[in-house]
Amino acid sequence: MSYKRPDRKEDELRPMEAKVGVVKNAVGSAMFKIGKTIAVAAVYGPRELHPRFLQNAETGILRCNYNMMAFSGSGNRVRPGPSRRSKEIALVTTKALEPALDLSEFPKTVVDVFIELIQTDAGTRCAGICAASMALADAGMNMKDLVCAVSGGTVGDVPVVDLDYSEESYEGGAVDMPIAMMPRNGEITLMQLDGVISKEKLQEAIKLAKKGCLDIYKLQKEALKAKYKEE
Amino acid sequence: MGNILVEEKQIVVPGEVLADGMDFLPANGAFRENDKVISMRLGMVSVNGRLIKVIPLTGKYVPRKDDLVIGKVQDMNYSSWFIDVGYANDGMLNMREATSDFIERGAELSKYYDIGDFVAAKITNVTKSKMIDLTMKGPGLKKLVGGRIVQITPVKVPRVVGKQGSMIGMIKQFTNCQILVGQNGRVWVSGKEPTDEHLAVEAILMIEEKSHVSGLTDKIKSFLEQHKGKMPVASVAPKPVEKPFVKPKTDNQGERK
Repeated sequence: MSYKRPDRKEDELRPMEAKVGVVKNAVGSAMFKIGKTIAVAAVYGPRELHPRFLQNAETGILRCNYNMMAFSGSGNRVRPGPSRRSKEIALVTTKALEPALDLSEFPKTVVDVFIELIQTDAGTRCAGICAASMALADAGMNMKDLVCAVSGGTVGDVPVVDLDYSEESYEGGAVDMPIAMMPRNGEITLMQLDGVISKEKLQEAIKLAKKGCLDIYKLQKEALKAKYKEE
Repeated sequence: MGNILVEEKQIVVPGEVLADGMDFLPANGAFRENDKVISMRLGMVSVNGRLIKVIPLTGKYVPRKDDLVIGKVQDMNYSSWFIDVGYANDGMLNMREATSDFIERGAELSKYYDIGDFVAAKITNVTKSKMIDLTMKGPGLKKLVGGRIVQITPVKVPRVVGKQGSMIGMIKQFTNCQILVGQNGRVWVSGKEPTDEHLAVEAILMIEEKSHVSGLTDKIKSFLEQHKGKMPVASVAPKPVEKPFVKPKTDNQGERK
């Protein structure tokens, strides 16, 4: 079954926006918007970690928190707070950011990243990762690279990048595959997959997502530098 | 052959390639990957001969040996005080290092430093797992009585101090205030008049805000000249960042009325 995107090309991302330093109380913070999905991330720490058995004497640890706001969905109230889904996403976000982050300067501590989704239209974990990596850089953490993320996949057998909600729930079948990448070397730090996909289509989708990540990287870089532009 | 891919004073993000080839060496805030020198943090590039470093623009305080810090007494036990220096772990001030007075067995330690007091102390040692030892023995180290404390971003302390203390010297001269800058970003300002203190605090906060702008010293100088003796007293109140610790009242808690 073939599918044709109404408003953009198959390899085109939704319009994006990024801003750094949106939460003044936090050590570092960032907003990332892609299409109708808006994520805000705030970094606190490094601070003392309790309970003590979670501490690592060699390095600090990263702890992410993912939450969709109650009004963020499309009509129905999202029940906020920890759920099976949000816990999973918090975990994969942590694992996606960890390879880029070096917390060995802060042993026995924790760096907390809070990701809030103000408005959602699919691709929330990717938007969250993009915002979180910018927020960590804004907090002055040592990092090997930024992390950018976008979903690739197929809608009705057509490989596309950055699926929105209508495409994810396409009747002819859709495959959604969030990918996070460190752009300098193209190392992938997150890859999940829902649905059935052929080898060729998978490779095509990964290629599209990687290309999308590089576009996002450009925007992240600009947003981080914009904070220090002279007026 | 190697070449630098960035300019002096350019803002770079983590992961950005700074130089190509083995001719350049990564200093603070940079690392080597294969034959490339790469930035490790958000900051400003500074090239010194073959060394490339990235001066941080943000970040929390990381304690180092010999730093002068302004800390707040958090807790004490029979032989030491625990002092918050703006890092995840509290610093420890041992009785031996706290005062040259003779302290009798069983003496009341809060006579010397009580919970909530601010002190200027020096870091004598930082272990690998970031345990911090402090001392009060040394020139300028004392309990801070009166005045006010301002918190600024620790990475901007060098700008507030200036070259050989030029910036802070200027503020002191203009405002007749005693000023002490801790490496952890806390600044203690104490003057005879609240208006003087207020002017000094405003100047310090202005430096923090405009630290990456060139010609800062002149700007601050004209600001001080303009406002000297003209600071409105009414607007003095809201600036202090931290207030002395007040013990919460514990009566009636957990009781039903």
